[in-house]
Amino acid sequence: MNDNTAASGGALPAQAGSAGLPPEAPRTGRGGAPGVPASPVATFMRSGAARSLGLVVALVVLFVVGIITAGDRFASVDNMLTILRLASVIGVVSIGMTFVITGGGIDLSVGAIVALASVWATTLATQTIANDYHWTLMVTTALLVGTGCGLVNGVLVAYGRVVPFIATLAMLAAARGLAEILAGRRTQIVDVDGFTDFFGASVLGVPVLVIIFALVAAVGWVVFNRTTFGRRTFAVGGNPEAARLAGIKVKRHTMMLYALVGLCCGIAAIMLMARTTTGSSTHGLLYELDAIAAVVIGGTLLSGGRGTIVGTVFGVLIFTMLSNVFTLNNLSISAQSVAKGLIIVVAVLLQQRLAARSTST
Amino acid sequence: MPVTAPTSAGPLLQMSGIVKTFPGVRALDGVDLDVRPGEVHCLLGQNGAGKSTLIKVLSGAHQPDDGEITWAGESVALGTPMAAINQGISTIYQELDLVHGLTVAENVFLGHEISRGGLSQRTEARRRTRGLLERLGHSEIPAGREVGRLSTAGQQIVSMARALSRDTRLIIMDEPSAVLDQEEVHNLFRVIRDLTSDGVAVIYISHRLEEIREIGDRVTVLKDGRTVATGLDARETPTKELIRLMTGRDIEYVFPDRPDGQPDAATVLEVDGLALAGTFADVGFRVHTGEIVGLAGLVGSGRSEILETIYGARRASSGTVSVDGKMMRAGSVVGAVRAGVGLCPEERKSQGLLLDQAVYRNITMSSMARFSRAGFMDRTAERAAATELTTSLDVRPSGVDRAVRTLSGGNQQKIVLARWLLRDCRVLLLDEPTRGVDVGARSEIYALVRSLAARGVAVVMVSSEVPEVLGLADRVLVVREGEVVHEGPADQIDEHQVLDLVMEGSAA
Repeated sequence: MNDNTAASGGALPAQAGSAGLPPEAPRTGRGGAPGVPASPVATFMRSGAARSLGLVVALVVLFVVGIITAGDRFASVDNMLTILRLASVIGVVSIGMTFVITGGGIDLSVGAIVALASVWATTLATQTIANDYHWTLMVTTALLVGTGCGLVNGVLVAYGRVVPFIATLAMLAAARGLAEILAGRRTQIVDVDGFTDFFGASVLGVPVLVIIFALVAAVGWVVFNRTTFGRRTFAVGGNPEAARLAGIKVKRHTMMLYALVGLCCGIAAIMLMARTTTGSSTHGLLYELDAIAAVVIGGTLLSGGRGTIVGTVFGVLIFTMLSNVFTLNNLSISAQSVAKGLIIVVAVLLQQRLAARSTST
Repeated sequence: MPVTAPTSAGPLLQMSGIVKTFPGVRALDGVDLDVRPGEVHCLLGQNGAGKSTLIKVLSGAHQPDDGEITWAGESVALGTPMAAINQGISTIYQELDLVHGLTVAENVFLGHEISRGGLSQRTEARRRTRGLLERLGHSEIPAGREVGRLSTAGQQIVSMARALSRDTRLIIMDEPSAVLDQEEVHNLFRVIRDLTSDGVAVIYISHRLEEIREIGDRVTVLKDGRTVATGLDARETPTKELIRLMTGRDIEYVFPDRPDGQPDAATVLEVDGLALAGTFADVGFRVHTGEIVGLAGLVGSGRSEILETIYGARRASSGTVSVDGKMMRAGSVVGAVRAGVGLCPEERKSQGLLLDQAVYRNITMSSMARFSRAGFMDRTAERAAATELTTSLDVRPSGVDRAVRTLSGGNQQKIVLARWLLRDCRVLLLDEPTRGVDVGARSEIYALVRSLAARGVAVVMVSSEVPEVLGLADRVLVVREGEVVHEGPADQIDEHQVLDLVMEGSAA
């Protein structure tokens, strides 16, 4: 951190930058001296690991509270798997949300897209065809519907220049409405051979849903941190004008970010269909809020340009474990909501302090 | 509060032994400064000398760790910005701190709105605002206009009106001329003279020595957070002396030597009949390999827009741009970059850089394809390439993992240049390449641009500073109101001729 604060004087000793001139009296120990490596502690504090540290602490505290208040009912393998299974659906959506928020946008329509994808994939027509051929057709349908909705969002935002908040708000209303029309406001039961068997199974004791979440998170991390796509996401979110003038196709990238969230919603819809064995227009209610909350407490900057997949995963786990602990202690959903609200505020306040310390100018 | 009579010779402000440290850096290390009523006191110093920190101490934004501030004969502590304002100290920051969505009058009285019984008195506020604008000689600015719709110069006037709306006895101006063109600067000077004749003192900060000579009374020079000279006569002190105090060097701008012209040099950039509706028309010129072409003109003459249109950031309404004989698609930045064109934009921070991201990421931003395989970035190679470039450009402090925000203006500019060096670009478009860059680093940027040209790059540069265009470029194009009014070798025209061409008809 000391490297960064060295700049807090508002400027650096610029005279150091003039080459070919006789050196003056030896420079006194001004900060940010070139060539001096930052101490390991400082390096660590600036890294994402430090930010995640707070989240780990929060998770451990929750865990301890869970053991104290609910004992074995909480600290059992079964309960841990339940937490993970519950976390996995919203987790997949949150990974997508991390991309779009880091890219300077927001998607309010994720819950509605999940609902529409689940309904579309469980209509009588889809299920009949899937039964005739293969259950993967149902999966494909959900993925296509999700991606398609995301693409519409993306085109509206990137090329139609509609503010992301408004474009996705419109999609929120429209997608859920369409889901209600398709489903006739009834819950559609999943009845396709193989689908439930596949997604309801466990591998070595780990539910397939949890494995899917882990895969999405891992692939998401790699794409986010190691690929040109991820790099462009940071650039587009951090300074779209600079990105454009550097020759990055900002519009196309923005569109792809929304399509990517849509795809994640499609995956989440499949997972939800497997967990509940239904498709319903009421699936995914308020997912947008849960996902945004998880992303934000994870440490992703809501204004774009900075984000973390690991933080998002922790954010999702914290919220899910919180619900679990509250439920085991017979506390109401309303109490959970109050606690969630408090956590969001505290997390964001802490982050602002950290950010102020590392970039004060 | 009665204004101190201009004849009073006692200092209005006296600062002695001011020290301000931040973790790891001693930004101010014993600053002495005294300002008399009714004088224009110039603060001179390179970037990082401590000028900005000193202003922040004076405006109450920072608290000094040591030292004493005496204001009108009494020792004071400026604990908050409000405390400073109440004492009569106003600051006009480089980044004007106005609310764009509010009107001129609302901005002027922001924080001390005129109200009766909790209801704002808009008519009264506008009336008084008009009075203030008139005093500043800018009664043409409507008090009810949204500030965001004014020009930068107009906004600066609003900032000054805001300062005057309170009982201001000292106005601090942080590089007010950086965003103004020649004529607007003259206007600003007239306003400053009016103020000082009323006994208001001005602390004036500028990188431009010629301005200090014109407007300043006395000069204080800062270096490395210390006062190295104070109370110098602004008109009589030789330039050499000032530069020496600031830098320990005796030279001002060093322009690299021009190589002998190569008559048979190949044409790289061809611009034909380029026009952007309402901004400029029928611009045509050629740039050969190894040549630097400078565009001189007032702010608003269309010079920046010409660069941006060549680059495809604006879509030309007619005309063509070719690089190495290949015509480029209009309005496509991606196409321009692919064809080997690079732009260092005017607003480095908002248009050029990802400030919070690492140096190496900013450098490789336009060359991602080169460092990726199947979409995966090779960060080791990226860092290596960035390290090589920053070392050869002498970016200080070194280290490609630090955020670009922590670098000074000159070093940030080198990062933008490095981005295009990495691409081996054919055409480099430079918009105000030395804005906000201190004297020492300027020479480096000049040498760098020249060495790029020597490698065969065709360079087009825009600058508000005529000497810079004349000193660096081989050929000069003078732009006036969207028209090229002169084209010729840089060594066959002098500053006065350029200014004549530029100003002629601008009053119409």
